[in-house]
Amino acid sequence: MAKTMYEKIWDAHFVHQEEGQAPLMYVDRHLMHEVTSPQAFEGLKIAGRPIRNTHSILATLDHCVPTKLADRLNLPDPIGAKQVQTMMNNCDEHGLILYDMKSKNNGIIHVVVPEHGFVHPGMTTVCGDSHTATHGAFGALAFGIGTSEVEHVMATQCLPQSKSKTMLVKVDGKLSKYSTAKDIALAIIGEIGTAGGNGFVIEYAGEAIEALSMQGRMTLCNRAIESGARAGLVAPDQKTIDFLEGKEFAPKGEMWDRAVEYWKSLPSDEGAEFDLVIELRAEDIAPQVTWGTSPEQVVPVDQSVPAPTDFDNEGKAIACQSALDYMGLESGTKMTDISVDFVFLGSCTNSRIEDFRAAAEVAKGTSVPSNVTAIAVPGSYQVKEQAEAEGLDKIFTDAGWEWREPGCSMCLAMNGDQLTPGQRCASTSNRNFEGRQGKGGRTHLVSPAMAAATAGAGRFVDIRELEAS
Amino acid sequence: MDKYTNHTSVAALMNRSNVDTDQIIAKQFLKKVERTGFGQHLFHDWRYNEDGTPNPEFELNNPKFEGAKILVAGDNFGCGSSREHAPWAIDDFGFNTIISTSFADIFYNNCFKNGILPIVVDADTLKALMSEISANEGVAFTVDLVNQKVSTPGGIELSFEIDGFRKNNLLEGLDDIGLTLAQTDKIDSYETKHKEMFPWLWAS
Ligand code: SF4
Repeated sequence: MAKTMYEKIWDAHFVHQEEGQAPLMYVDRHLMHEVTSPQAFEGLKIAGRPIRNTHSILATLDHCVPTKLADRLNLPDPIGAKQVQTMMNNCDEHGLILYDMKSKNNGIIHVVVPEHGFVHPGMTTVCGDSHTATHGAFGALAFGIGTSEVEHVMATQCLPQSKSKTMLVKVDGKLSKYSTAKDIALAIIGEIGTAGGNGFVIEYAGEAIEALSMQGRMTLCNRAIESGARAGLVAPDQKTIDFLEGKEFAPKGEMWDRAVEYWKSLPSDEGAEFDLVIELRAEDIAPQVTWGTSPEQVVPVDQSVPAPTDFDNEGKAIACQSALDYMGLESGTKMTDISVDFVFLGSCTNSRIEDFRAAAEVAKGTSVPSNVTAIAVPGSYQVKEQAEAEGLDKIFTDAGWEWREPGCSMCLAMNGDQLTPGQRCASTSNRNFEGRQGKGGRTHLVSPAMAAATAGAGRFVDIRELEAS
Repeated sequence: MDKYTNHTSVAALMNRSNVDTDQIIAKQFLKKVERTGFGQHLFHDWRYNEDGTPNPEFELNNPKFEGAKILVAGDNFGCGSSREHAPWAIDDFGFNTIISTSFADIFYNNCFKNGILPIVVDADTLKALMSEISANEGVAFTVDLVNQKVSTPGGIELSFEIDGFRKNNLLEGLDDIGLTLAQTDKIDSYETKHKEMFPWLWAS
């Protein structure tokens, strides 16, 4: 029978199902950071259980780390410092690989893992972090788990899991020069809603997806979770193989050939059936901006802030009104008339080298108005070094941006970088929830190029018009 | 997780309804990196005075209840958030059994993950148990999980319901992880297969 890629991965990782219990799924890779793991280690210790497979784990420090160099040496927040120290102790005690703050490999977990080729096509991958879906870009089944599950995987290398339904999101056609993977992701969420993916694993396919770089695919899969899906997947192809070749944790020699052969068997079979199919045309996807407090509250940048009456669904109308209140916006305001106080370029959604190149191209020669703060936070030291080697840091600082050390930073504002109440921010991160970037902060999600254009103008701009003028 | 064995222990009385998880463990204590050590913060705002000294008015500070493993409490115990810190705190403080007329759903589930037996009784029975404790503070009740019974020196004999699967997990000391570990032979044999399917993941 023709199988989807998800079914192939599922079948290959099915361990056992005991009567009255959920099926057990084997876990190949377990990623970790300092915030969601400490109690899991503690739990293991109390129960006297060893870690079943220490080689499956890779850890980094990212959520609480300051992005100002001086603060990194001496963490100002004692609780953050304790979480960092605990992670270091735990990794040390169990012999786990940790990219600590002194490591040149340090960065956001979902940025550093691909840089080292730790996740391959067909692997099951988990992390106590919802944006684990990022690794679906490689054709790996990757999803976020809770702290008790982190402990569960450490102890057993398995997770009780029920099988998800499958959704195919097909994006055919060619993306315009100004739209990116981020805009595809936002457009999909706008289309199916933040709960549209509930119970599903999404496979992204079609010409426009095949045309995306690996980095673009990571951005896209990163946001599968925002559409409610458990995970997102893109079939591995030659780009995937080329990306992984020679990376530290990629197979070598004869093993490489065997692995590649297996990876090529993964894409969904011709005629495989999905529970739901959604189709979009790439040409129709304009640069997107969110206006509300949920990623589904999004419009193309050339449109206006909607009104509650624009929604037939009562729940959505109410949500619209409360989002407008929180965001301090009037219905009918053109998105391009909204000015910002802050611009954040970073997060595991958009902090890879390609994102900085795209943003730098737009930022070049602009000047950030004095009432706007713009910060560029690379996803990792590798990205930072590469960007500096290409002179991108200079472009940003010349334009009035701050060039920071890597970390999650203002994506969740746990490290000290945050908005003050009422401040409005154009952000390349993934969530625009109330208070996500600081209490009372107002977040608008955009692509890196859009963020750069916004920083230069102090308000949202349709980048398609920049070129024309 | 420790196995739950039949025991005879002091029963403490908490004659309050709707005890919520915020009262059980307040949010300022959630920022710990450990799962242990929450017992000292259990019922913090009730238990301590402003200056940090024990509040003698608070029922669990009654010396007669010292070492109690059984907590007899009012209706709807454990409502509020899903924080697993609540059962962690209860367990760490020393209770392994809670008797009430009802429990909040998530809390009820979380109890089993942490070796705590929540016993549901009807309103009359709860009243009788509470009266016996009031009349004889420090009295010890006997909990027999195997036969699903509680008995008291005052002559109360009660039977309680519990899902057979969960009962077995408590008696065997199996949490979710323990359950999966009980399939270790299956995991081992899967892993042998895994090594053949994905040798490159094991070659290092
Ligand atoms: S950048 Fe944001 S979403 Fe990504 S791992 Fe860090 S906090 Fe989570």
